[in-house]
Amino acid sequence: MQKTLDATEKHFAIDRVRKARRAHVLLALMLLASCFASLAIGATNTSFWSAFVRLVSGEELSQTEQIVLWQIRLPRTLLGILVGAGLAVSGAVMQGLFRNPLADPGIVGVSAGASLGAIMAIVLGATLPIWLQSSVGPYLVPIAAFLGSWIVVLILYAAATRNGQTSVATMLLAGIAIAALTGAISGIFIYLSDDQQLRDLTFWQLGSLSGATWSKVISAGPIIVLAILLSASLGHGLNGLAMGEATAAHLGIAVQRIKRLAVLATAAATGAAVAVSGGIGFIGIVVPHLLRLSTGPDHGPLLINSALLGAALLLWADVAARSIVSPAELPIGIVTALLGSPVFLWILLRRRGGMMM
Amino acid sequence: MFRTRRNLDIAISEAYFEEAQRRFARLIFLSLWALLFLWIALANPVYAKDKPKRILSIGGAVTEIVYALKEEHRLVARDTTSTFPPQANELPDVGYMRALSPEGVLSVAPDLILAIEGAGPPETIDVLKSSSASIVTIPSIDTEQGIIDIISIVGEALGVPEKASDLARKVSEDFQTTDEQVSKLGDVERKKVLFVLSAQGGRILAAGSDTSADAIIKMAGGINVVQEFDGYKHLSDESVASAAPDVVLMMDRRGNHSISDEVLLSMPALQATPAAQTNSVIRMNGLLLLGFGPRTAEAVSKLNTKLYGP
Repeated sequence: MQKTLDATEKHFAIDRVRKARRAHVLLALMLLASCFASLAIGATNTSFWSAFVRLVSGEELSQTEQIVLWQIRLPRTLLGILVGAGLAVSGAVMQGLFRNPLADPGIVGVSAGASLGAIMAIVLGATLPIWLQSSVGPYLVPIAAFLGSWIVVLILYAAATRNGQTSVATMLLAGIAIAALTGAISGIFIYLSDDQQLRDLTFWQLGSLSGATWSKVISAGPIIVLAILLSASLGHGLNGLAMGEATAAHLGIAVQRIKRLAVLATAAATGAAVAVSGGIGFIGIVVPHLLRLSTGPDHGPLLINSALLGAALLLWADVAARSIVSPAELPIGIVTALLGSPVFLWILLRRRGGMMM
Repeated sequence: MFRTRRNLDIAISEAYFEEAQRRFARLIFLSLWALLFLWIALANPVYAKDKPKRILSIGGAVTEIVYALKEEHRLVARDTTSTFPPQANELPDVGYMRALSPEGVLSVAPDLILAIEGAGPPETIDVLKSSSASIVTIPSIDTEQGIIDIISIVGEALGVPEKASDLARKVSEDFQTTDEQVSKLGDVERKKVLFVLSAQGGRILAAGSDTSADAIIKMAGGINVVQEFDGYKHLSDESVASAAPDVVLMMDRRGNHSISDEVLLSMPALQATPAAQTNSVIRMNGLLLLGFGPRTAEAVSKLNTKLYGP
């Protein structure tokens, strides 16, 4: 392959690499700035800088400042990074695997499964014995959502795999059928739910980082980080798949292995992200798009950039979510879609306009 | 010379040692006292602080009680469901009671949080428990005795038990008056009431048993026609028709949510019912009707008057 490149193409390729590297640095800086914003902006007047200065000079922080910084903003920022990066990378992997820019992490049934798990936990949770409720109470919904996402993904993967070969097309179609099925089962539980459960459910589906705790960071963190690392190693394979499965196989890529790992990584990252934050749309589908428009389709840099940009965008969305109606809070799913979609549309239209000229 | 010098050294160091020992003992003694004082100051809020000054009230009924106790000057914020009295709307709103954000709550710097049962999510409550604010949970109730109980809980928490018992007395007097009003009905045939939460899209969302609507209808001397299920559910047209309610009870809503009596009663489900024939639709303010707070006796009395006449 490399040998057939002529001089201009080689120049072009080097330019691309340089551009991608510049994007890495730029996005990493952007993520850093987002972290500072996320730690510094919030409903209380706790000034991050004054707190930081006093902390360095050895002064004690007030109790409220300590709680706001260590127990609220820091875990929330970390969770935002994990969830944003996890969703964006999963989106990039799924778009690569399905060779379809419309794919998002939900395409392998993760969201449908997680949603069903959460609904069941919310509605049936109230019928559990009291001692069990008080011991697993806050973790019931996340655990059920995570299990639900895995069960649906495994069923889908098994359905689409025959003789050790996974058909991506079957997976796509079976995914639609299974989403309808889980939707119907969810409907039964929605019917059985009371007003309050219904309201809890709506809030869950709109997503929020407001319930961020250290235990959520610690339990979801390793899963999402491992899944992102696994995804990042799939770049070469996904590049090969972009040319079609047969071509990829001729290039010596273990196609089946790539598929299996891609589904596994997506289920792990998205399942864990949805379990701790509820349904957050938009990030998974749009972040890889934006990056492809600016730095090209090479999955190597794309996957890393997706993680950086996804994390940064989600942090900004979260800052907006907690500032707009402060001291109350908007569900973050509303913010990502409301602020993100017009920007995305604008970029798309501007680009099309430029190409037509 | 050498030996004496050495002995002297030893003597000096022994003296120092004894002195240090004494000092150490004194230090231990003093720090024990200090610890004791600290413990008393921290463990007993009575010594540490007086009445809470910055109160956050979560839950419509809770906020109403704070206002009824005339302690609203200490309120710093409320939740979205606290909309009565109208002045409450001017307070900062920390969000829906079941989706509170910990930082939003801390930003109004409350020293006391009065939270209705079910306020959450649990993660937020956990964080708030580690803050300096104390949290008092108010049970969610739908009986007369329940209202008296939560008034006294709120009164205790605010440090105004006398005012609370005055209010409780007034509330139970109100209830006595309404009880007399209801018992005056004697053996008049009780009206069958259908509580309609919404009639959106021609489907009737009705209150079954174990709802606040069911409780208030019973208190006012009516019969809730829907006893087949708990909570609020959609009823089929046929079951509404066969339940044959005498009266339709609805919440009074402003804006385009409301549906006119003519439209409501001409719905296929209601057309053939006694309620449609006698044109009986009662509309009452939702928080007054279902809020279960200090005004509930008033709600019972009003509903009773609307059902059976003065």
